[in-house]
Amino acid sequence: MAEVKAVVEEVQERTPEELDWTKCDAICAQYAGAKGATIPVLQKVQDAYGYLYKELVERVGENLNISSHTLYGVITFYAQFYTKPRGKYVIRVCRGTACHVKGSGRISEVVFEEFGIRNGETDPDKIFTLEEVSCIGACGMAPVIMVNDKTHGNLTPEESRKIFKDYASGKMDE
Amino acid sequence: MSEYKVEQIEVHVCMGTAGVASGGEAVMAALNSEFEKRGLTNTDVKERNCKAKQTGCRGLCARDVLIDVYVPGKGPVTYEHVTAEMVPSIVEEHIVGGEVVTKWAAKKDYFEFYDKQKRYVLNDCGKVDPDSLEDYIAHGGYDALKKTLKMTSEEVIDEVKKSGLRGRGGGGFPTGLKWTFCRNSPGDLKYLICNADEGDPGAFMDRSIIEGNPHAVIEGMLIAAYAIGCKEGYIYCRAEYPLAIKRVKKALVDAEKAGYLGDNVLGSGFEFHLKLKEGAGAFVCGEETALIASIEGERGMPRSRPPFPAVKGLWQKPSNVNNVETFANLPVIILNGADWYANIGTEKSKGTKIFALSGKVKSTGLIEVPMGITVRELIFEVGGGIPKKRKFKAVQLGGPSGGCLTEAHLDTKIDYDSLIAAGAMMGSGGVVVLDETNCMVNVAQFFLTFTQRESCGKCIPCRVGTKTMLDILDRITAGKGKEGDIERLEALANDIKISSLCGLGQTAPNPILTTIRYFRDEYEAHIYKQKCPARECPELIEFVVVDERCKKCGICKKVCPVDAITWEKGQYAYIDKAKCVKCRECIVNCPFNSID
Ligand SMILES: Cc1cc2nc3c(=O)[nH]c(=O)nc-3n(C[C@H](O)[C@H](O)[C@H](O)COP(=O)(O)O)c2cc1C
Ligand code: SF4
Ligand code: SF4
Ligand code: FES
Ligand code: FES
Repeated sequence: MAEVKAVVEEVQERTPEELDWTKCDAICAQYAGAKGATIPVLQKVQDAYGYLYKELVERVGENLNISSHTLYGVITFYAQFYTKPRGKYVIRVCRGTACHVKGSGRISEVVFEEFGIRNGETDPDKIFTLEEVSCIGACGMAPVIMVNDKTHGNLTPEESRKIFKDYASGKMDE
Repeated sequence: MSEYKVEQIEVHVCMGTAGVASGGEAVMAALNSEFEKRGLTNTDVKERNCKAKQTGCRGLCARDVLIDVYVPGKGPVTYEHVTAEMVPSIVEEHIVGGEVVTKWAAKKDYFEFYDKQKRYVLNDCGKVDPDSLEDYIAHGGYDALKKTLKMTSEEVIDEVKKSGLRGRGGGGFPTGLKWTFCRNSPGDLKYLICNADEGDPGAFMDRSIIEGNPHAVIEGMLIAAYAIGCKEGYIYCRAEYPLAIKRVKKALVDAEKAGYLGDNVLGSGFEFHLKLKEGAGAFVCGEETALIASIEGERGMPRSRPPFPAVKGLWQKPSNVNNVETFANLPVIILNGADWYANIGTEKSKGTKIFALSGKVKSTGLIEVPMGITVRELIFEVGGGIPKKRKFKAVQLGGPSGGCLTEAHLDTKIDYDSLIAAGAMMGSGGVVVLDETNCMVNVAQFFLTFTQRESCGKCIPCRVGTKTMLDILDRITAGKGKEGDIERLEALANDIKISSLCGLGQTAPNPILTTIRYFRDEYEAHIYKQKCPARECPELIEFVVVDERCKKCGICKKVCPVDAITWEKGQYAYIDKAKCVKCRECIVNCPFNSID
């Protein structure tokens, strides 16, 4: 189970796009009547809208005819569902065994030193989110991090610091 | 490894997770553009027809990007750490000129990694293109299915029973026997589920199989479905494995189009539909009843048994769950026969097992070895021993449910029963080698942090007990351990083991119990002497250079990120404690263990 997290973010103004339910309704319709649809629907809706905010969860509930609290039961159980906005870059620091014995804890420290965020947190400018994950399957290159979909391996803490700075300065977007 | 013959020049590029991360795509692109530029894409002339092909993980990921150059009539030549910049020279000298570029070619230590391995299940990983059904078929793919369809379902079950195959998901339950339970359950609709939730935090066997050879898993599932009588199936894959998900999705579409899946598999009248389900990030969903709950769209909490899934599983229908590697063994067994298979391994553990070898060994990676190989052979021959001239301390087997073994156990045979007798377990196949700089209390704390976080919370002993144990370990590693803590841990551990519902809680205390059993003195040093003998727990390290051991090399000064170390040529190093942030870089990098 994911660590206990405050489920609902502080009240936020929603943009018109965030309240445009076209995509949400289409996804729900695709699964109409299907068994075991809750998780795939939430996954797809989250992909489309970024994260699962309150109004969105309520909309999914209405569509699937499931109460919001049942949905939140599922959402809070799984680490891959997010009820708060996330940064432009999601830094996944592998805290799997192989990476742990090769010092990945220090890399999380570097993230904290640079951006002031701990596991599960996003910086105020919403550039970085830190997620500590278990084995991402590249143990041969331990310690390993992923920034969005890109994997970086064989890192020292200082090399990781440089990579984070490159992302922060936009150098990695090229 | 069986031979792979080519009709034309082929260059295989590792595009497993590490291959891609190390720049595999750029190497692939460089090869293609180089072939183009030199007119080496002429399909009419064999010598001038070169193909770059992606393959899956071959296990030695630390050397990626790995490529193999196959020239017809010659054995393959492997290159390590290939970059796009190296490609023109390799094409020029090797492919056009016929001279191997020896300075980049793999050396003895590469081959030693494979010497003691027996790669049957992984044989095609690293050789076939995982995105190509045609390539799989060209290498004998789906032949086992064709053979199966000519047998009766009883014959298939008998064959699997005779092979001695036991589940590779951790428990080691005999596969053929498991199938009969589901087969004998009344009902028309039965489900077959492939457990690809691989959550052990240091293991990636299942991921490599799926990424490297997804059709082998589908073929194995078809064989099982035919034997049990399942019409529908699911592959439940961890969401953290995007590449595996992508490849299995494509494989499912291709297999269905070609008639290997569907209402009438290869015209035999046998019906099997297979879908992919993505997990959502919860370790406990690897437990089969929790996995079933998750497919149903619920919170993935384990359910009490009976009823067993074989009687009432997914949507109350009889269901059979097996692990990825278990399924991937089936084509091998059917093609080569049960007798051949049962010849490999020990009396009660047959065949091979795939392990993820990591930690303090020279060659980390994914290996497939015959059951019965010793721990020593695994670490010192396949893995090449401990790097940096350090001493072997322990090996942790079976991940968060497993235990550790010491020097005294190096000759233990790796099979289900010998490992349990020695206090560890096969588990899913994670092998973490630890050297003298690894603290065993820290290792226990690491695994418990994981299980505590992943406990689903249903059982109080597991939910609260693991937290209480973790609090104790946290205070021991912080230098605040109290007299009686070791005994408290032991008592809690035993209570949690007997009163938890599922395997997570039942096995969570194992890493603690075995580290206490074999390294009690290390716990005592933390508690009573405020010392971490391995110098891993920052609160218990003094961070002083011991002049008697310091060889004045100055390496510590170079690695210190905050300039806390003063050193001049010919002088002892000195640490300014006011500046030191306790990062341990100096300790890890000092070649003479001179910092206490
Ligand atoms: C907490 C927990 C996690 C598990 N994780 C996995 C897993 O990731 N993969 C797996 O195949 N089996 C896992 N298992 C074992 C499964 O419950 C089940 O025994 C296995 O999938 C059966 O397959 P097999 O007979 O082929 O080994 C886990 C068990 C527990 C208790
Ligand atoms: S033992 Fe732990 S993980 Fe398993 S059902 Fe109980 S609380 Fe959940
Ligand atoms: S522990 Fe880190 S900060 Fe302290 S002296 Fe060593 S390298 Fe420098
Ligand atoms: S433990 Fe980090 S990639 Fe496997
Ligand atoms: S990913 Fe290339 S060898 Fe493992």
